[in-house]
Amino acid sequence: MARLNPDIDHLLRRAGFGVSAEEADHYKDMSLAQAVADLVDYEGRPDDVDERIGRPDHARVIPSKINPTRDLFSPDIDIDDARQRWMFRMLHTRRPLQEKMTLFWHNHFATGFSKLANDSGMLQGAKLLVHKPGVLRGPAGQVETLRRQALGNFRNMLLDMAKDAAMLIWLDGNTNTKAKPQENFGREIMELFTVGVGHYTEPDVYAAAKVFTGWNLKPSADYTNDDYGSMNAYQEFVWRPDQHDTGAKTFSFPIYSDGSRTIPARSESDGYQDGIDLINALAMHPETARRFARKWWNFFISEIQPPDPAFVEATANVYLQNRSEIRPVIRSILSSPWFTDPNNRFTRFAWPVEYVTRSIKEVGWQNLELDKVRSPMAAMGQLLYEPPNVAGWHLGVDWFSTGTMLARANFAATVAASQKEFLAASLMPEVKSADGLLATMLDRVTPAPLDQGPQQALMTYLLADGAWRGTESELTTRAAGLARLLIGCSEYQLV
Amino acid sequence: MSVSRRIFIRDGVATVAVGLAAPSFLSAIAQAQSSNPNRRLVVVYLGGGNDSLNTLIGYRDAAYYSRRPSIAVPAGQVLQVGTDASGMTMGLHPRLAGLANIFNEGRLALVQRTGYPNSSRSHFEASDIWGTANPQMSTGSGWLGRYLDTLPRPLDALAAWNTTGETPRALLSGQSGVPAIPNASTYTFGSPNRGAAAVQERAAAQTMAGNPAAGRPHLAYLNDASRGAIETLDRVALASQYTPTVVYPNNGFAGSLRTIAGAIVRGIGSRVYWTQTGGYDTHADQGGGGLGAYGNLMGTLGDGLWAFYSDIRNQGLAADTTIIVFSEFSRRISENGSAGTDHGAAGVMMVMGGSVRGGLYGTAPQLSPGHPTLENNSGDVHYETDFRSVYARLLDNWLGVNSVPILNGDFRAGAPAVF
Repeated sequence: MARLNPDIDHLLRRAGFGVSAEEADHYKDMSLAQAVADLVDYEGRPDDVDERIGRPDHARVIPSKINPTRDLFSPDIDIDDARQRWMFRMLHTRRPLQEKMTLFWHNHFATGFSKLANDSGMLQGAKLLVHKPGVLRGPAGQVETLRRQALGNFRNMLLDMAKDAAMLIWLDGNTNTKAKPQENFGREIMELFTVGVGHYTEPDVYAAAKVFTGWNLKPSADYTNDDYGSMNAYQEFVWRPDQHDTGAKTFSFPIYSDGSRTIPARSESDGYQDGIDLINALAMHPETARRFARKWWNFFISEIQPPDPAFVEATANVYLQNRSEIRPVIRSILSSPWFTDPNNRFTRFAWPVEYVTRSIKEVGWQNLELDKVRSPMAAMGQLLYEPPNVAGWHLGVDWFSTGTMLARANFAATVAASQKEFLAASLMPEVKSADGLLATMLDRVTPAPLDQGPQQALMTYLLADGAWRGTESELTTRAAGLARLLIGCSEYQLV
Repeated sequence: MSVSRRIFIRDGVATVAVGLAAPSFLSAIAQAQSSNPNRRLVVVYLGGGNDSLNTLIGYRDAAYYSRRPSIAVPAGQVLQVGTDASGMTMGLHPRLAGLANIFNEGRLALVQRTGYPNSSRSHFEASDIWGTANPQMSTGSGWLGRYLDTLPRPLDALAAWNTTGETPRALLSGQSGVPAIPNASTYTFGSPNRGAAAVQERAAAQTMAGNPAAGRPHLAYLNDASRGAIETLDRVALASQYTPTVVYPNNGFAGSLRTIAGAIVRGIGSRVYWTQTGGYDTHADQGGGGLGAYGNLMGTLGDGLWAFYSDIRNQGLAADTTIIVFSEFSRRISENGSAGTDHGAAGVMMVMGGSVRGGLYGTAPQLSPGHPTLENNSGDVHYETDFRSVYARLLDNWLGVNSVPILNGDFRAGAPAVF
């Protein structure tokens, strides 16, 4: 595994999860434009990653121990198995950008398993988030819905989320009725999912709550909220006209293209259209477009430079001109001069999930059990399907504190220990010196450029016992230690 | 252009944090207090917006029962704490028996209707405002971070101790990093090797983290976090060996308080500790009659704090320890259709400790529509005591520094006299 050209390495860190040996082979002869097209038009690539779970040359999954009676790997109904499946997908997918955008949307519509499990039980709580459609009866889990349209149309996605069973529990829409409107979803659809603070008012929150009255949930006949009831039971969206507030709802921003700010009073039978009208307005609101442009600046371009106003306007325009289609926006971003500017390389703080996936891709996954990455990731501050709240994870420097940095460094020790023998065996033929070991490892493990001081510290470590002797035990110890130091260092936390 | 080595980047906006100049003078009170370096402050944040009306209950207010038919706590169940300055008779939630004990010992101050003008109903903005202590600005450094900036340099790496995974805004500062140590017993340096090689790795990691990273302030920030971890490992290990004098409840909040007690008893010397407990965003099914989800929240809070307070008192350290409890906002007065409550405004702050002058401070809200203690068409509780005046009292009279530059204003006037 050798580094690709720096532009493509950068592209795969940002639009994917780093470069595995397989990916290095796939991308090695592509131009940057070809690689962008390969990532963005991912329907041209096989969607076979789930079929490869269990193959011997891949990372391993093991059935979690949440439910002691089940010994099958059950990623559609067991949250810890689902976590392993997602880690497996990020490691082995042939469509890295689809997984990357799914992660982006999971953070954007951040919904937490714990509340769902409290409401519906462990099995149903997991199914609400991770059920892959068609495996069992009932609708797709929320994150599978996001994956299906990871580069789809935001307006459609927002409507799907407004009707998503997990979302209806997470933000209490299932109890939103005309007698007692529930503000939770009505607030967050504006504050967090679309326009953002400063672009709506408190009365807008009350009006939005009324818009979604009657957008509730209906359980299947066999549904119970026991921890382990029927796996084919489900809950799904139901529109209850008799629970809808039929009055007019006036907002502080235009709802219709003629500038009108009022959703008219409607009969019960027509009231569902209220929600469609508000969702259409919010999805195409210029502030929604700008907010996404800023979020994608931070996600794809840089977290250490503030968003370039020219980028924000250009990106927002692509979004609006394409009627909230995401794919052309992301294609435009990845092809833009801001993205390819070498000054923007390694200017983003890796999310724990990015850090963990990339380090496994670069050091190795042989015999690695993906169930073992869950606790370390939680200590780094990111447990998949369990964002801290509806605003998602706190990104950027907020990922880093002494405690989370130590958790990252200690995960580096875990990965290095798990690959100790494999590393030594693969390096033995070519490594003849301490310098050679450092150079070979830096071709494989790719931190941001190391200054002279850290490089000197690494050489001091490699030669701590005196001159390089070239024994197998020396290489085994020092290669693992070196991998640990490189993955655990600050430079590696940047992507 | 020269850029400060430590830089904060939030929401994609990089701003070089400008440290406050050290105050040119200290107030007479502060000078008198600053001689005691053992004093410490434990901050407890209730995440999600605590429903104060069910924490400290005006149980003789008929409107409390009519506006909260399914979630009110019956008068017969509250733990009575007496009558406030406005004649309102108050009681604590029945699951706060430990706090009632501390109140009865005269060491718990309940500061009613704390808040600020035009209270934010957004969790994220509101919690940031309580952190910056500036209702007009929810970004930038925090009030406790600015307090730490006043301490003598070089700052002890454990001058403050955050028990949560990420640094809350209140502790952010341009000059004073705060270690996050959720669990002292796993705060160790891992290695794929044993013996000499493991020791050498730790030395190499420490040297690498000492790289000033010229021209890359974002990398320097990460190096600071790494170095802060490595340099504090051995002292944190001391705290993790503590055996408490009481049994703590088996939950994350109590565990963090136990860690704090260990640090205090082992003499680590931190001036500020931060912990939090979540689940307070009770939009639905919060439970009535002292039971249900809200009852469990109160049980976790009250039992954890009682264990901690008892432990510290048994160790003879209560007089030097003050605990404050706050949340980003309280909740709507009337329950919603989900037997829960939506985001509200002013709420109750707690201050407790062996040197605290306990009692009921301020006046309770009266919940019948139209009453001047309410706002937002009588939907919410209107603030009476600016939260910054409580901060001011803590800074001036407990931590012994001049609150004015830290809070960017003089908020002493309305401060409750809890010390």
